[in-house]
Amino acid sequence: MRTYIIRRLIYAIPTLLGISVIVFLLTRLSPGDPVRLYTFGALNVTEEDIQALREHYGLNKPLYEQYGSWLLQVLQGDFGKSLQYNRPALPLLLERLPATLQLAFAALVLQLAVGVPLGVIAALKRGTWIDNVIRVFGVVGHAVPTFWLGLLMIILFAVILRLMPSQGVLTVGHDVWDIPDRIKHIVMPAFVLALAGIANYSRYLRTETLDVINQDYVRTAHAKGLPERTVVYVHALRNALIPMVTALGGLLAALVSGALVVEQIFTWPGVGQFTYAAARSKDYPVIMAGVMVASTLLVLSYLLRDIMYAVVDPRIKVK
Amino acid sequence: MATTQTTTVGPVRATLLPERRASAGLWSNAWYRLKRDRLTIASTAVLVLLILLSLAAPLLSQYVFQMSFERQDLLRAYAAPTLDPPGYLFGSDEVGRSQAVRLFYGGQVSLFVGFFAAFIQLTIGVLLGLIAGYQRGLIDDVITWFITTLNSVPAIFLLIIFSALFTPGPLTLTIVIGALFWTGITNFVRGQTFALREREFVTAARTVGATGWRIMFRHILPNVLPLIFVLSAIDIGSIILAESALSYLGLGIMPPTPSWGNMLTNASSYFNRAPWLVVSPGAMIFLTVLCLYLIGDGLRDALDPRLKTEK
Repeated sequence: MRTYIIRRLIYAIPTLLGISVIVFLLTRLSPGDPVRLYTFGALNVTEEDIQALREHYGLNKPLYEQYGSWLLQVLQGDFGKSLQYNRPALPLLLERLPATLQLAFAALVLQLAVGVPLGVIAALKRGTWIDNVIRVFGVVGHAVPTFWLGLLMIILFAVILRLMPSQGVLTVGHDVWDIPDRIKHIVMPAFVLALAGIANYSRYLRTETLDVINQDYVRTAHAKGLPERTVVYVHALRNALIPMVTALGGLLAALVSGALVVEQIFTWPGVGQFTYAAARSKDYPVIMAGVMVASTLLVLSYLLRDIMYAVVDPRIKVK
Repeated sequence: MATTQTTTVGPVRATLLPERRASAGLWSNAWYRLKRDRLTIASTAVLVLLILLSLAAPLLSQYVFQMSFERQDLLRAYAAPTLDPPGYLFGSDEVGRSQAVRLFYGGQVSLFVGFFAAFIQLTIGVLLGLIAGYQRGLIDDVITWFITTLNSVPAIFLLIIFSALFTPGPLTLTIVIGALFWTGITNFVRGQTFALREREFVTAARTVGATGWRIMFRHILPNVLPLIFVLSAIDIGSIILAESALSYLGLGIMPPTPSWGNMLTNASSYFNRAPWLVVSPGAMIFLTVLCLYLIGDGLRDALDPRLKTEK
């Protein structure tokens, strides 16, 4: 098991290197010149000052040299200073990481807590109206544009009914540990972020449960006279859940990606919202740090998925 | 077409025995099942209607609504939905433009982005998938590495950075979306090709001297094709969702060109005066994507009944 984890960690290195090249090229080949952008309109800026600034940020060297020195620094955790805040980019982003992780975790819990039972119920009640409603939800939940749903929910619950806060993590001035207030803030964004996943899980689990229910060992369990509940939860559900782990990877990716849009709608101070703002103002160090942080999250979650897969299903031989 | 002429079996027997003729091919059987799937037929009809309305946007705006999509009327801003004038069927926006006309023009853009980007990613995906799966070895390793890398960057991050830095036009944006989302299709085609290349008919083709390209495109591709159709219907939907999110954030299709996404950008701030501005563009996106997903599901059930979700 340990060798497997180490091997997977080593495999992650070329992937992360590839990502760094893509992001670096993207930011450096773009037409806007950040130095001119940030000195635009400022008085007393001479052409020499601009040259000095470009030199200071290393923007006048050839591309491969810029990449090399950038990578060396990145390996030491230094993404350079934010052009906007004049503070190191990585700490700026890491300050926002807990908010994103909270949101993603809340959404993941919602997906599992709602999606799995829905799928199992649909399979057990197949052919009934309950099954039909859940199946319709399985497609509909996937097709709703998240940002639109977010807008509608803000309008309904925050503007009209005044039940829920529309933005932020915490009411201004409240204690940081005011958990009920935090929960109130996280419910709407987490639900919006989780919806596609809930729909996905319910579809997936319905198919899997149906598959398992028709297996011989489930019939044997019934024949032994075991109560329905034991058959479903001990014999059927356990095996139906195994392939779910594979779906987890894609869903985690969707969570990280979707978080950016959801954070934007609910003004959730996370990595996605910060990276979005940085992209809009061409703050290169922050953009690159943001993508690298998000990608590392993703690579780690894929790793976690594969390890879980090996743990859950002993039939899978560790290569 | 022979497939439609031969369906003369009585309805009772047909429902009992969907695969009624041993000689019926894959497509004829699929068509047979599809015709009986009312939900899929209905979704297709709605989608075709939406496409036709969007294509007819210039005609509609000229003859039916008598209002071009950029015509403003500040005195009649935030007009509630009304039939007088017909252009305000879905109300008017903050500068008195016809929401209906803009919705249909927006449909042109959103649907074009969806279909064209899907076409691009399908081309890339199928080609790379076939090559990686058939040739294996170093080429496969490189393609797989590339896919892993691309899959590890949250796509929306890349799109947002690209759009923010390069401010692309609709066509460039479409190409970029197509160039970013092909990994799923490639992975699928690669996996299928892997399995198919070991089958007897491929060996047979190789024995009679068929070239690699011929085997890939004439022998393997037709076997993968059915599920590619399923995937592409779902992909078009996902692309439309991605584009609308991007445009909503102010980074995709730029105003004054209307797209369903960017029509929502400011709509929420006018909510108190004009709630219909928030509802209609989102409902269009939702309806289109829903139809595409339902068609994808229906196609899958028709083409490969083994995968049917209802048992």
